[in-house]
Amino acid sequence: MLLMGYLPGKLWGVPMAEGLPVTVTITKVVKESPGVTTVFFDREFESCIGQFVMVWVEGTDEIPMALSYKNAITIQRVGDATTRLVAMKPGEKLGIRGPFGNGFRLHGKILAISGGAGTAPLLRVGLECPDVTFLMGARTADELIFHKMLTEKCDVRVATDDGSAGFHGYVAGLLDEISLDEYDTIVVCGPDPMMRSVLSVLQKRSSLEKSQFSMHRYMKCGVGVCGSCCMDPDGLCVCRDGPIFSGLSLQNSELGKYHRNAAGLKEK
Amino acid sequence: MITLSPEPVMMGGVSARNHLVLAAGVLGTCASSLSRMLRSGAGAVVTKSIGPEPRFGHPGPCLVVLEDGLMNAMGLPNPSKQFQDELSALSGEPVIVSIFGGNPEQFHEVAGWFADKAQAFELNVSCPHASGFGAQIGTNPDIVKACTEAVKEWKKPAWVKLTPNVTDITSIGKAAEEGGADAIVAINTVRAMRISTGMRRPVLGNKYGGLSGKAIFPIAVRCVYELYEACSIPIIGCGGVSCAEDVIEMMMAGAQGVEIGSAIVRDPDIFSHICKDLYAPDGISPREIVGCAHG
Repeated sequence: MLLMGYLPGKLWGVPMAEGLPVTVTITKVVKESPGVTTVFFDREFESCIGQFVMVWVEGTDEIPMALSYKNAITIQRVGDATTRLVAMKPGEKLGIRGPFGNGFRLHGKILAISGGAGTAPLLRVGLECPDVTFLMGARTADELIFHKMLTEKCDVRVATDDGSAGFHGYVAGLLDEISLDEYDTIVVCGPDPMMRSVLSVLQKRSSLEKSQFSMHRYMKCGVGVCGSCCMDPDGLCVCRDGPIFSGLSLQNSELGKYHRNAAGLKEK
Repeated sequence: MITLSPEPVMMGGVSARNHLVLAAGVLGTCASSLSRMLRSGAGAVVTKSIGPEPRFGHPGPCLVVLEDGLMNAMGLPNPSKQFQDELSALSGEPVIVSIFGGNPEQFHEVAGWFADKAQAFELNVSCPHASGFGAQIGTNPDIVKACTEAVKEWKKPAWVKLTPNVTDITSIGKAAEEGGADAIVAINTVRAMRISTGMRRPVLGNKYGGLSGKAIFPIAVRCVYELYEACSIPIIGCGGVSCAEDVIEMMMAGAQGVEIGSAIVRDPDIFSHICKDLYAPDGISPREIVGCAHG
């Protein structure tokens, strides 16, 4: 199926984890910013950077979350399950399915570009890879997450919408000062409009081939069956073909235009 | 192994490219994923079940992967009437629209939205975990007959997908036949539950779910066999089919074709892989084997 714009080599992600949810106990809860919280648990999940897990908040729902560390997820409060999650205490239990999806392919000199809570799935890139430049955007200085930790490991540049820290403007604006030719791998994660504007810049500057975007869509099954997270126009499953997609494969996609909700209805 | 000759397939009023149909509820919510399945070798595709109102479905977990199958309780999430927009992108393709409702009037209304675009309808009277729909309709022969009649008013082929969660599946099959069904699809998932011992709770958000995949293949073969004895309309075998040999076995039980769903989880290109094994230029005609196990 040549239409599928996967990362080279892997036609359908990596083999997936199976079975019932694994029960983990929360060991530590860290507030990263007014709206973002990291929940650590008592088990590390062997995973490629960029893979995700399905997190079962008993009595509420199950939601997809990137692993920010091998033993933690970082949550932005947006709905019922995330509201419950950020209020949880050490000792409480979660169910984890996964890790699922394909993960990033990282080599050479890396440029990481994040927006808001999208910094979390890229955290391990900054902490574990040797040569990383990290462009980090947020609405305000207060909402920057993992900034201090990453500054100790890599070259971090900041943009805020209100100018309260770093460059005054969107994170895509930081790309003007970056010589893209120097980088072998470009990884991107953030809200759809931010990723679309980064994609447009990379497209104009002929750097899409080395770019990888971490997509987020509503998910139910996590294993490429139910179709809730399929994207137009190729019918790619974010959960199984992704969540990491080559920028080339996203050029003509729905990214930044619309997504489907839990009923399958298109939303802007 | 027996191989089949590649020839045009007509089953239950549907003109398909081969005997392998994508089952309802699998990659069936948008046109792009349905056409992806057609490109990868499905002979026809059945959409996600569409109902009278948009639904978000049950809270998660909605699905778990088990050793030899899947257990799910999606809860009939669907975009309802707006699915018309998705279908427009599939015009001319072998698409069967799965529909559900709580009574014959609702089945009639939903079918009407797609009557000019669908090649056929599949009546979901068998989802085991949605209150007021699915199997709560499909365990009553009188209601199954009335729903089938209501959909048949649109003069389109109608397949009726049955639940195995009944004492006698043939009484429901006969009711569908009396209602004017063009084919019976057997079976939907088998009512099931698993409990997380760590959480001390059922793992599915809906507690109860439906089991599919290899684990239920013997149940599906038995149901197809029973229905073949009791009914005279075509049967489409569904439940755990995951290789060409399974297709042949279903046909011997009495199925004219099969639907495939859960096997996608192990092999997203399952349709092209089964086609490669199932068809050969010197293969036999399916007519020679359909129902041959009945003696």
